[in-house]
Amino acid sequence: MKDFNIVLTGVGGQGILTLQKIISEAAMKQGYDVKASELHGLAQRGGHIECHVRIGKKIHSSLVRQGNADLIIALEPLEGLRATYYASKQKTIFLLNTYEIIPLSVYIGEGKYPSMDKILDNIKDFSKKIFSINASEIVKRTTGSIISTNIYMLGYAVAENIIPIKKEFVLDGMKKVIKKKYFEMNKKVFELRENQIKRKNLYFKK
Amino acid sequence: MRNEILKKKGKILLLGNEAIVRGALESGVGLASTYPGTPSSEIGDTFSEIAKKAGIYFEYSANEKVALEVAAGAAFSGIKSIVSMKHFGLNVAADSLMPVAYVGGSPLVVVSADDPSCWSSAQSEQDNRYYARLAHIPCVEPSNPEEAKELTKFAFKISEKYEIPVLLRTTTRVSHTRGIVKLDKLPKRKTKGKFIKDMKKFNNLPPHTMEMHEKILEKIEKIRKLSEKTKFNFILNKNVRSKIGIIVSGVSYNYVIDSLDQLNLKLPVLKIGLTYPLPTEKIKRFIRNKKEVLIVEELEPLMEKEVTRIAKEINPKLKVHGKDILPKSGEFNIETVMKAIMKISKKKFDFNFDAHKKNFEKLKIPRRIPVFCPGCPHRATFLAVKKAAPPGTIFGGDIGCYILGIFPPFETQDFNLSMGANVSVIHGINKVSNQKTIAFLGDSTFFHAGMPAIANLVFNKSNTLVIILDNRYTSMTGHQENPGTGYTGMGDKTTPIRIEDVVKAMGVKNVKVVDPFNIKLMIKTIKKFLKKNELSVIVAKRECQLMAVRRMRYFGVEPDKYEIDQKKCKQCKSCLNNIGCPAINEIDGRIFIDKNLCTGCGVCASICPNGAIKKVKKK
Repeated sequence: MKDFNIVLTGVGGQGILTLQKIISEAAMKQGYDVKASELHGLAQRGGHIECHVRIGKKIHSSLVRQGNADLIIALEPLEGLRATYYASKQKTIFLLNTYEIIPLSVYIGEGKYPSMDKILDNIKDFSKKIFSINASEIVKRTTGSIISTNIYMLGYAVAENIIPIKKEFVLDGMKKVIKKKYFEMNKKVFELRENQIKRKNLYFKK
Repeated sequence: MRNEILKKKGKILLLGNEAIVRGALESGVGLASTYPGTPSSEIGDTFSEIAKKAGIYFEYSANEKVALEVAAGAAFSGIKSIVSMKHFGLNVAADSLMPVAYVGGSPLVVVSADDPSCWSSAQSEQDNRYYARLAHIPCVEPSNPEEAKELTKFAFKISEKYEIPVLLRTTTRVSHTRGIVKLDKLPKRKTKGKFIKDMKKFNNLPPHTMEMHEKILEKIEKIRKLSEKTKFNFILNKNVRSKIGIIVSGVSYNYVIDSLDQLNLKLPVLKIGLTYPLPTEKIKRFIRNKKEVLIVEELEPLMEKEVTRIAKEINPKLKVHGKDILPKSGEFNIETVMKAIMKISKKKFDFNFDAHKKNFEKLKIPRRIPVFCPGCPHRATFLAVKKAAPPGTIFGGDIGCYILGIFPPFETQDFNLSMGANVSVIHGINKVSNQKTIAFLGDSTFFHAGMPAIANLVFNKSNTLVIILDNRYTSMTGHQENPGTGYTGMGDKTTPIRIEDVVKAMGVKNVKVVDPFNIKLMIKTIKKFLKKNELSVIVAKRECQLMAVRRMRYFGVEPDKYEIDQKKCKQCKSCLNNIGCPAINEIDGRIFIDKNLCTGCGVCASICPNGAIKKVKKK
């Protein structure tokens, strides 16, 4: 496999770091070399968080080059738009959660939060394909809280086969990274999309 | 998860910082100390988690200077020691670094985590490789986690053999890169030593000091010989015949490899891991037959200057590129390095970086300024300060989460320099102007550098107000323990130092402890103290809400939630505009509280002029 470049983005508190750790552990289990970048500190306090994960045979830099992302998982639409820096029409697939978190700069009149249509329109210029889903809503309906949105998104990527990591390894990674107490619940969230696809296939078969 | 670091063998994923810890363990480290500071924090935090299990001593010290001295003391007693800090932490510790280097304090590794691009640094973007040159101590620079582990071991070896402290300099993108690290054997650790008296060795006193200076210069020349032959200074693509060569250190090595790969180009690369003292002869051989050489190093052109000097001797026609085509500030990435290599190699690439960047900038995406977390006690304190302080009051800001007070809607920070600095700057302003002044400090900052500053306020009769935001942790860097928390870095109980007792003992007469969530009392106290013509201190004491909520959730308790009664709300937006809480949102002209984010501090309810915000009744 050629190097596969992933950018994970969202707002502090959405679980981007957890997602990165799971993907990194899973990729290693599957036999890939991995390099991932994290940012800590000031960046975490409600600011935007961006992690890069690069997997492949031999990886050097932990940063994804401008325009060179294969997959961008955005837990927040505006941050998805910001990640277009790493995206290009030729190769990038976007997985976008449409749950908006309005930045303070918008409230104090510094800028405008673009409409969802505009965001998707703009991302289109920088991507090969977009999956836009209201993941937080789905997760909230299922678990009563939006906390596991990150895991749902990862499950979505695996079920749709847009990330080159197998489910069994991701579950291994989750077992390692997520507290035991929360694992079963997260596993269910992780499998939501997979089960939905299975049901759909069953329906069409009939 | 961090316990994995004690595994006997295998391959595991480690952050660069964690790899440094593993490297220290594989070297047989006996003592580790630190003052937390991003991007170095995970070194101390990892030691904190595993110290007991590993059978070594670890502490969060009161500041970086103290941390270095603690490590030096252990090294003087023959115990392998490591001390870690962020780049400007070394400014604080520098006072002791110089004499510790002179007396040959070893085995001692000093880790400085620099932060090009200032991802988590307010003070400066300084390049601490200068400190190695200033103190005449060797400097190693890893480029990835695997190398971070290996170079830590190498640093201990140099330190022990040559009786000299060694600077291990990382940068954010090494410290915070996760990568696969192969584990080697963990030796038996020596944790009990003995200080053997040697007046001549350990005492700095002229004229002996000058002898020591000469001795350390000799040591560095000896280590230069090691620099010539170490495997950490190696040439990649050695057999490629090219008139162009690249010399690189630190994280930039990865960008060079990736650039060459993507450009489908092969050039000889001299990668330097022991960057001070530089391998002069090796560099001579590398540049002898070259026409052009590109030096890839972030921040200061340190290697570039030395290579330029060496070239004059051996190959005066050589074109030495570096800061002429690479940025002098900010971190590098693949595209910056790729562009530089394209420039000197005349190689083309089918992706237009500049056009892409232009298209991206056209999107005009609103920025996401960092804000106080929902329920942060600092927000409540600053809200009270805004309401209580007369217009024109000068606010001295400091280093910690409360630095976010600089942003709207608070803007309660007129300047900010280094830890504890603002108290004395405020004192200076106080002595020459008639303006009202408030100095802010955090709890950890108080113990770090605030105490001498407050002693000076008492001593020299200042009449300012100091507000100490005591949230019970060193929060910004990841909730580490400090002298006020009552626990050590190894998790043992200790005497918690109460800030209010300290300032009282120092002679401050007006001292009051106030819970920041009691906004009315806070406003009243600030007003009262500002009227006094003498020094006063408010300790705004409440635990960091992140930790409070984390603990509640651990026990299965959800924090209180507030909601807005839409019938009573007149959309005056005073909650939205005055407290900047991420949980309060405007949707189609109406104001809502996001229950996913609300942690129940109730600050919004206490300032709503229409009484429209109420606690949600628990079912």
